[in-house]
Amino acid sequence: MASSPTSQREAKVRPKPVAGFAHRHLLDLDVLSREDIERILHDAAGFKDVFTRTVKKLPTLRGKTVVNLFFENSTRTRTSFELAAKRLSADVLNFAVSTSSVAKGESLLDTVRTIRALGADVIVMRHGSAGTPHLLAERLPNLSIINAGDGCHAHPTQGLLDMFTILEKRERIEGLQVVILGDILHSRVARSNIWGLRTMGAKVRVVGPKTLIPRGIEAMGVEVCHDLREGLQDADVINILRIQRERMTQNFFPSIREYTLLYGLTEERLRQWAKPDALVMHPGPINRGIEIGQAVADGPQSTIEEQVTNGVAVRMAVLYLLCGGSE
Amino acid sequence: MNSVLIRGGRVLDPSEGRDETADILVEDGIIRAIGGDIAGSGGEMIDARGLVVCPGFIDLHVHLREPGREDKETIATGTRAAAAGGFTSICPMPNTEPVIDSASGVNHVLALAARDGVVRVLPTAAVTVGQRGEDIAEFGDLANAGAVAFSDDGRPVADPGIMRRALEYTSMLGRPVFNHAELPALVGDGVIHEGVVSARIGLKGIPAAAETACVARDVEIAAETGGHLHIQHVSTGRACQIIAEAKSRGVNVTAEACPHHLVLTEEAVANFSTLARVSPPLRSAADREAIRAALRDGVIDCVATDHAPHTDIEKDQPFDQAPPGMIGLDFAFALLFTELVDTDLLPLEVLIQRMTSDPAHVLGIGAGTLCIGAPADITILDLEGETRVIPEAIHSRSKNTPFLGRTLRGAVAHTLVGGRLVFSRGEIVVDRETARAR
Repeated sequence: MASSPTSQREAKVRPKPVAGFAHRHLLDLDVLSREDIERILHDAAGFKDVFTRTVKKLPTLRGKTVVNLFFENSTRTRTSFELAAKRLSADVLNFAVSTSSVAKGESLLDTVRTIRALGADVIVMRHGSAGTPHLLAERLPNLSIINAGDGCHAHPTQGLLDMFTILEKRERIEGLQVVILGDILHSRVARSNIWGLRTMGAKVRVVGPKTLIPRGIEAMGVEVCHDLREGLQDADVINILRIQRERMTQNFFPSIREYTLLYGLTEERLRQWAKPDALVMHPGPINRGIEIGQAVADGPQSTIEEQVTNGVAVRMAVLYLLCGGSE
Repeated sequence: MNSVLIRGGRVLDPSEGRDETADILVEDGIIRAIGGDIAGSGGEMIDARGLVVCPGFIDLHVHLREPGREDKETIATGTRAAAAGGFTSICPMPNTEPVIDSASGVNHVLALAARDGVVRVLPTAAVTVGQRGEDIAEFGDLANAGAVAFSDDGRPVADPGIMRRALEYTSMLGRPVFNHAELPALVGDGVIHEGVVSARIGLKGIPAAAETACVARDVEIAAETGGHLHIQHVSTGRACQIIAEAKSRGVNVTAEACPHHLVLTEEAVANFSTLARVSPPLRSAADREAIRAALRDGVIDCVATDHAPHTDIEKDQPFDQAPPGMIGLDFAFALLFTELVDTDLLPLEVLIQRMTSDPAHVLGIGAGTLCIGAPADITILDLEGETRVIPEAIHSRSKNTPFLGRTLRGAVAHTLVGGRLVFSRGEIVVDRETARAR
């Protein structure tokens, strides 16, 4: 309503998505078609090839400014986005919340308006409240917003990098049985994985205690299971979520000890209950000896470190597709 | 003598079982005669041909924000929104700053209403001092000062022991306890209905049991104490069943439903629209159908808007930080007429009854009627007209509604309070006269 004079001015600096990819923002995977996801994963494979070169840098985003705006602590996701943007030659600004004016009572929208005025083309955002990137995308439409995690809602680049990793290892996603194990209720990683995997034709089963699996999740097209042994049957991929100690104090489960007893993936359980070639994934950071056994985390089926590497490639692809079109 | 003749309208008064074309003669603020071809006594005349003439609407649940949050609403602006919506009596909740928990607070609200208001303001007062849920308020003094009911709205009465004493004590005063029936421990940090949408988008859910368990608890206490319990803004189908069962046993319980719960579902927040964040939350489609049926059948006694103004600044925040609530006074009738009457889900006369004589019965006051001798609180509706929900047309100081942009069927043409025309064809009469006098 009130933004019309500003939006006309901003129209000139609007980032330009690549032809054939009709999205300005990446807020969640629910709006991406199968073709969109395939395009991102395909381009990510191309960018990953660059990693083996001596000069790991492309000029694609030269002159663009990418701002990492993180309202929640995160080292790995922030670093991954930073490296992805730098490898595409973008200027990168890390907006540290602790030193920001947010602490002085500035509203979120005003903080982002300030960053926009500094000349940002893309804002990579993490926030503790679900839907916050949507608020920015709606109210400040002339930026590209990449959701790097909003509350318990979505973490689309994690979903994409998990799918990229599966694809690399299995050469397909369609028809695979994927198990997501742990705290589904509070997990943005789980939700983005479910959207993406369902779109790509995988079967998804969520496994965990009843208190940590949201009622109504079946409507997303997933199977629900509360028993680990039963849940691991036929799994081609086991994606383990980090369990947070905080949930224990909120009475979602009685103790870390009991959680590990019921849902910890030990080497023995993996060997006895899962397919011999099942992939073991984890978005990190891992709690060794709690949700994942030491030998499992370091074992041959684990893709944990490759997921981190792949994250950079996938984020390069996303940055490129959202604003890499040359003007 | 001051007289008004309302000529040729369809007089629809559920309290009298009247639905006929007739004239209404008002003298000195009192309805003097209803019938065909009444001769005017030379006073004002309102041509109501083609219009529906009904008792003025009564809203048991509004937030006028004054004193304390005049940036959201004042008694001046809130009563204007009421007049524009055809409401002639409204009950502001006491969760202002400070909380209305003393006779002086009630007197202050009444004084502001007399000075700035354009419709009748029937104040409510807190159940507990400061709405802190610890010590019951001075119910007797508050009632004598003019509090028509008691409510800790916004903060449910969490302690069943307090609810017991409140219902016992107020029963001797003949004033109801209005409860925002939600158990805080089950609400937790939830912000939307716990269901398919919360599972999908990851906003924290509020289980239906937060409401149903509280309603079940409160009706049991009401049954034992004989106090009059009024359940505010029923949002679940199961609560309707509990209320129906209690009523069938003769428990002194009444209930209200809000336009937004009657019209919207949890899907309205699926895009994170803070304008649709409300407490209790918008629930499932099945809940909505059950509330509609309960309103039709009289299990739910009345419509109340829970008009809750908030500034743009507050609503332009992440969903879980934006305060719950939406405005409703300006267009509640048009919204329900469009969504329920025009779609044949609810007869017009039932909707009008639920907005007039039924809420009057909850308070035990003789309003909401066009009987001879009653104060002339009259609303005149143009069912062929339309109501556009646009900021410029909203009289409330705040514009926070998810219905912005809607064009609704039906409009309030005129509103009379005590025989005085306060709203007419889009304008607040006193403001128009003030503007002319300048």
